Amino acid sequence: MEMPVPNGAVIARKQQLVARLQAVLPRDAVIHEPLETRVYECDALTAYKCAPLAAVLPSTTAEVSAVLKICHEMGVPVVPRGAGTSLAGGALPTADCVILGVAKMNDVLETNYADRYIRVQTGRTNLSVTGAVEEEDFFYAPDPSSQLACAIAGNIGMNSGGAHCLKYGVTTNNLLGVTMVLMDGTVIELGGAHLDAGGLDLLGVVCGSEGQLGVVTEATLRILRKPEGARPVLIGFDSNEVAGACVSDIIKAGVLPVAIEFMDRPCIEATEAFAKAGYPMCEALLIVEVEGSDAEIDMQLGVISDIARRHNPVELRESTSAEESAAIWLGRKSAFGAMGQINDYMCLDGTIPVSSLPYVLRRISELSKDYGLGVGNVFHAGDGNMHPLILFDANKPGDLELCEQMGADILKLCVEVGGCLTGEHGVGVEKRDLMQTQFDAVDLEAQLRVKDVFDPQWLLNPSKVFPLSVTQGRRSLAA
Amino acid sequence: MIRPESEAELSAAIRGATGPLRIIGGGTRSIGRAQGEVLSTTGLTGITLYEPGALTIVAGAGTPLAELEAALAAENQRLPFEPPLTGALTGATGQSTIGGVVAANASGPRRIQAGACRDSLIGVRFVDGRGDVIKNGGRVMKNVTGYDLVKLLAGSYGSLGVISEVAFKVLPGVEATATVVVQGLDEQRAVEAMSTALGSPYEVSGAVHDPARQMTLLRLEGFAESVAYRSGKLQQTLAQFGDVSVEDSVDWTAIRDASLFAGGRGDLWRISVKPSDGAALGTLLGEAPRLYDWGGGLIWAEVPSGFDLRSVMGGFKGHATLVRGQGCGPVFHPEPAPVAALSKGVRAQFDPRGILNAGIMD
Repeated sequence: MEMPVPNGAVIARKQQLVARLQAVLPRDAVIHEPLETRVYECDALTAYKCAPLAAVLPSTTAEVSAVLKICHEMGVPVVPRGAGTSLAGGALPTADCVILGVAKMNDVLETNYADRYIRVQTGRTNLSVTGAVEEEDFFYAPDPSSQLACAIAGNIGMNSGGAHCLKYGVTTNNLLGVTMVLMDGTVIELGGAHLDAGGLDLLGVVCGSEGQLGVVTEATLRILRKPEGARPVLIGFDSNEVAGACVSDIIKAGVLPVAIEFMDRPCIEATEAFAKAGYPMCEALLIVEVEGSDAEIDMQLGVISDIARRHNPVELRESTSAEESAAIWLGRKSAFGAMGQINDYMCLDGTIPVSSLPYVLRRISELSKDYGLGVGNVFHAGDGNMHPLILFDANKPGDLELCEQMGADILKLCVEVGGCLTGEHGVGVEKRDLMQTQFDAVDLEAQLRVKDVFDPQWLLNPSKVFPLSVTQGRRSLAA
Repeated sequence: MIRPESEAELSAAIRGATGPLRIIGGGTRSIGRAQGEVLSTTGLTGITLYEPGALTIVAGAGTPLAELEAALAAENQRLPFEPPLTGALTGATGQSTIGGVVAANASGPRRIQAGACRDSLIGVRFVDGRGDVIKNGGRVMKNVTGYDLVKLLAGSYGSLGVISEVAFKVLPGVEATATVVVQGLDEQRAVEAMSTALGSPYEVSGAVHDPARQMTLLRLEGFAESVAYRSGKLQQTLAQFGDVSVEDSVDWTAIRDASLFAGGRGDLWRISVKPSDGAALGTLLGEAPRLYDWGGGLIWAEVPSGFDLRSVMGGFKGHATLVRGQGCGPVFHPEPAPVAALSKGVRAQFDPRGILNAGIMD
């Protein structure tokens, strides 16, 4: 993967830059020794690494503003970083950049149950937002699978989703407001505890802009009262087509499950070998979860099971207790780990229209044969967000490249059937060079123009999201 | 009047425009003071894709809202955000179009549960001020590929581009609806009751207070058994507030459309604040007729012509938009200077000649 040639003039001014950063931040908040900056050389896309020029860990919005002002004046690119869990390389540094990490900023600033929001600093982890309100039986809905580690800052940057978005939406649907620092150091507020924008919905475009428009330091998030309960049903089928048809029928019946998860045979086999969850050996498995009181859950599971029976399932297991629910979820929750036991894997994130599911699964299995790489499919079937896991051997020369090529083919397939390259992980560097398969030049130009307004010199996370050839002219403005 | 019948014609019309254009769908959400030759979207009609099993629908911007809703209803589905029909408030007689709904980000009482129009909108096609056809988002509900211009276009009132096609995530329709009614509360207590209800696990899909009738209404929707169960539970929860009953004949359409204010002569404002500020702000408006929606976070208020509402809003965070009348100051809420500069910059990028509904949101 190509990254831009680092700006030698910026690197040459490192000493001066570090001195200026040290003047506005506590001593331990400026990391510049080569051994120490290596900690920030990659995120969860570990195939690519590059140590930054320096990393800073400010504690307040004012400090973030001071840092950005300096970098702006000196023409230094800045890569914002939450917890570094991006699977797309969103926080991958360049050798001439400053990593701006918000990890120290993890305070809860305000909790308001009457108005149902929480205001936090964005270095706070996703799960600890819920942790701050669960005593009152509230929760924060978006639940990416990295929620124990990932930060709200990154969730906002990537507009993260999770397993429960069919009912609760993704980050952008649960984000009410932000405090954000622009590249020139200006601090702005967008949104707040009230609903909707009074003018243009700038908050809407900031969410999911992958740290390219500003550094979000504080967020006002919608919190919701926990449902009385939740229970799943597990349904096994002997074909992907039938499982896909069942998903569609469930949705049409007027039930709105909180999650519909789908696993295919390779994934079921790997999971069984690893976690022994007692799953049936079949072609496709659905886990459908509903919420409400006990009686409401029974009623909804009854409707779902009736629909499933019309599709001749090989297995149908309604949970009636917390233990049974845990057993049903056990395999699904260990799926990624189970695949990792077999080999290294790459996790894709394309979304497809639900109706194309059987066709896309068939094509993926053909590609798997063509490339000679195994693939397991586990995904959020209700919303069409797929996570094909391609197995490869990182120690075998050429295998990573082969895997990336196959991944690109799968993502192109997603676009071809009317879907998209990424449903919840973001573009980062990983899918940057595929953007032209989804967007034409005019579509991309419209997006670039938004960045021109927020960051005219293209200093914020400049080598991500868009193909380098497309952004070349703009990125060279700063040089 | 220009009335393109295809996206290509729309593009050509904008590219060839020599002066300002006033963009109009059904003309039922007319707002602000934009001038220019009328460009109508009513020729861009038709549902181009509807997959009930995938909960997605795509339609031309000029498609009448009623046509879209009828197609959804035939499959027992609906737009989650309950778009209001507010034409009667300004004396408009046209037929609301789906593009107009999006341009105004128009959302009804269910906004508190299911999100606004912008939250259900998953894709747009539009023509910018240069005449370029731009697409963003798509037809799938989880999509983070590139910047989310979909949200930016929702509520942009035609000032960034003329929307030609929209795609939505839809939801199943419901079997039953019930309304838990609390009588006799003042505004402060009413907002407290609504907050209690919205903070309960019973999935309230509408929370409205009418101060004139001292009636607080909480809507529950879903399967009949479930609605019966939850309305019973909510009734118990709200017993602390006074006289509570369950009714099944409340007119939520009239509430959605703010029909109370149709035919009125005063300035009509729509104010968004955090719910707990709602009552305090409302009471500062004295005798002015008003209605609380969104659990107290949305106030419709009719004030004497020319009344300076924003000075009363003072320190309350939020925004007020003038829906009808001469008002006082700008139609849309003034933004702090750095935010206003960004909005202005974004508009200049999408419409460099400043010809699309020029000044409408100033």
